[in-house]
Amino acid sequence: MPEAHAETAHQHHAPTKFIWKYIFSLDHKVIGKQYYFLALFSVVVGMILSWLMRIHLVWPNAKLYGLDLLSPAGAPGGVMTPEYYLSLMTLHGTIMIFFVLTTAPQSGFGNYFLPIQIGAEDMAFPRLNMLSFWTTFVALMVLLSTFFVTDGPPISGWTGYPPLSAVGSSAGPGEGLGQTLWVISIAIFCIGSLLGALNFIATTLDLRTKGMKLMRLPLTCWAWFVTAVLGLLSFAVLFGACALLLLDRVGGTSFFIPGGLIVSDKIMPHSGGSPLLYQHLFWFFGHPEVYIAILPGMGVTSHIISCFARKPIFGYRAMAYSLMAIGFLSFTVWGHHMFLSGMSPYSAFSFSLFTMAIGVPSAIKTFNWLGTLWGGKIRFTSAMLFSIGFVSLFVTGGLSGIFLAQPQLDPMLHATYFVVAHFHMVMGVAAIFGMFAGTYFWFPKMFGRMMNETWGKVHFWTTFIGVYCVFMPMHFIGVEGAIRRYSTWTDNYLIPMIPVHEFMTIAALFTGAVQFIFLINVFWSMFKGEKATDNPWKGTSLEWTVPSPPPFDNFAGKHPVVYHGPYEYGVPGKDKDYVMQDSPEKIEDDE
Amino acid sequence: MAPTVLTPAKPEVPARTDDLGPGGGSNGGHRFGDDGSGGYGGHAWSVPARAYRTGMWMALAAIVMLFAAFTSALVVRKGISNDWVRTALPNILWLNTAVLLLSSLTFELARRAFDAGGDLWVVRGTRWLYLTLGLGVAFIAGQLVAWRELAARGVYLATNPSSSFFYLLTAAHGIHLLGGIVALGYAAIIVRKIAAEPRKRIVVDLTALYWHFMDGLWVYLLILLTVRL
Repeated sequence: MPEAHAETAHQHHAPTKFIWKYIFSLDHKVIGKQYYFLALFSVVVGMILSWLMRIHLVWPNAKLYGLDLLSPAGAPGGVMTPEYYLSLMTLHGTIMIFFVLTTAPQSGFGNYFLPIQIGAEDMAFPRLNMLSFWTTFVALMVLLSTFFVTDGPPISGWTGYPPLSAVGSSAGPGEGLGQTLWVISIAIFCIGSLLGALNFIATTLDLRTKGMKLMRLPLTCWAWFVTAVLGLLSFAVLFGACALLLLDRVGGTSFFIPGGLIVSDKIMPHSGGSPLLYQHLFWFFGHPEVYIAILPGMGVTSHIISCFARKPIFGYRAMAYSLMAIGFLSFTVWGHHMFLSGMSPYSAFSFSLFTMAIGVPSAIKTFNWLGTLWGGKIRFTSAMLFSIGFVSLFVTGGLSGIFLAQPQLDPMLHATYFVVAHFHMVMGVAAIFGMFAGTYFWFPKMFGRMMNETWGKVHFWTTFIGVYCVFMPMHFIGVEGAIRRYSTWTDNYLIPMIPVHEFMTIAALFTGAVQFIFLINVFWSMFKGEKATDNPWKGTSLEWTVPSPPPFDNFAGKHPVVYHGPYEYGVPGKDKDYVMQDSPEKIEDDE
Repeated sequence: MAPTVLTPAKPEVPARTDDLGPGGGSNGGHRFGDDGSGGYGGHAWSVPARAYRTGMWMALAAIVMLFAAFTSALVVRKGISNDWVRTALPNILWLNTAVLLLSSLTFELARRAFDAGGDLWVVRGTRWLYLTLGLGVAFIAGQLVAWRELAARGVYLATNPSSSFFYLLTAAHGIHLLGGIVALGYAAIIVRKIAAEPRKRIVVDLTALYWHFMDGLWVYLLILLTVRL
């Protein structure tokens, strides 16, 4: 209900008490940081889970001290059971996709910078904004609580396919209370995301300052806007799927559970449900979700590449329209996750065609990034390096998507590490690179201090080489037939691939370890970094017109007026090479 | 007679002397900070009324997607299975429908009274609002009676797929309508307490929008249940 927070929407005096200033804050900047640190915490947890899995894959008898304390049944003596491996995999996927990839780029950076970049004092509905953060926080706590229930976290993966996820504890450890908590956690997360999405949309449409036409929005704002539309339309469907799944689990209904199903030698009391129905609902959300993860990274990359190439973004309108095209197409392709479901070849053909059509706007974006770099006066800052790294990973990961979009090839590749490599490259690592780029770029604005550039570059090169070492070999063993979700390699044809897995595990440990360079850099710079000026990167958009960090109401009671587009770099005939968006001076090719 | 629709005055686009073009919302239109309601921040910036309208439409879009998901689930579940048993709808649903449609009418009467302005009309309008609220509560009570009737027949949530969908859809709609009832109670209080016209109006207007939407959604669900259950 919008009326519920009408009062606070304009109560713009800075609170002084700690709890209102930092915990239940209505300030979009504090909420943005809360989301950011929630994601930072989650990404560390998710990364440690991936380490445990990678270690177990190549040294299956290695004792992982402490794991037996966390789960005496799942890891007796510190050696994890195959089921516990699946539990860790489930939580790794769920935490990373929902609480990192969905949270940091959109809710974190978006909350902090969308209002500033459009010249507003706050989001449209500050109290709703606070509510969405705390809803998300509760969802994370519910999810993490599955570690501490008797039979551990669920084992059905981040997709939670029924019937495994629907029939209860007879389906294996974690499928009792753990799975129920998982469904509840995701449903709560949906509510938080929906509230956030409608806030983003109303803010972008109705709170722009004077002169901030839609075609003068920084591309970051376009990306957050399209992402919010995707979230609004897709999380509602996931919520529906979660409701039905929960009813199947606790209400005895048969939406997703087929009749005559025998699990662990017990015949299930259900009849006539369809697991495929869940898959349709899930992937109708699931495919837009991968664009929810990647589009904000695209926006950040466009923003940063233009700034550090000192050139206007190549094809601004094409960039904005291709974001919309990707958003629209993302709702038409969910079936490519289900080529193995026995769908009609005509449906498969249509899903395949739409999937490959996404290559067109994606290629437009890639060429425009390259076009922006071409002939630019490039400054290789850490933010720029991570943005270029984003383009590299997006291309590498995107290309394997063309293989997977073929209904003829996908059945062979679907259950292999080829898919794992594909989505980690294009959605996981690329989106994380977008977050790193955003952090290095906006840290001075958010915390008023500069990050250490030298360690930033060390962090980039080690991470960039590291992730290619982890995920490139995965493509090859995937084509060889290495099955995903296996916890150990005992089949004859899998054993020769173990050395490759060892290489990937060592690379993963190395890549994970160098992330501590980043973490130390963040926390050290927060307190000890060099003081930042208002506009350290010579940027043009409105966030660089305000102090670092910005005051409580962003513009100190003034209304900025916007006269130019967001990427007026390298403007000829000016004493400096850029024109700020709020600078009233005339430039030649102004609209 | 055409119904008087109570919308906030059209945002006034300020006369432009430059080529800035239509920027964002804070250039014109009603803003709560400017409405004289007092105590809401010391400076001119505030949220334009149409942001609230946009927010409500977005919330409705999300609700449409939720019920679209449920609808497609029903169509698919019925289409692929051989265990579908028809659930005869309790007759009280027709009465409930009439009550809910009537509540939309009384809501419009309330809005017309507020539109007329003046203290006397505010009192009358508030009475219409409380009547609307009462009808909403009556509808929920009627839905519970329908559940009891099915239960008396031995038809529960998990009895068969069509009964699962009946309980699911009526419960999902009922929960959303409960939200509307809470909003309506808030609106009924706020129209008496706050003199500020634009704020009062946006609260009443958006609650009405939500209420009519819930009304329309129920008619849709009733048709779906009649035709497909």
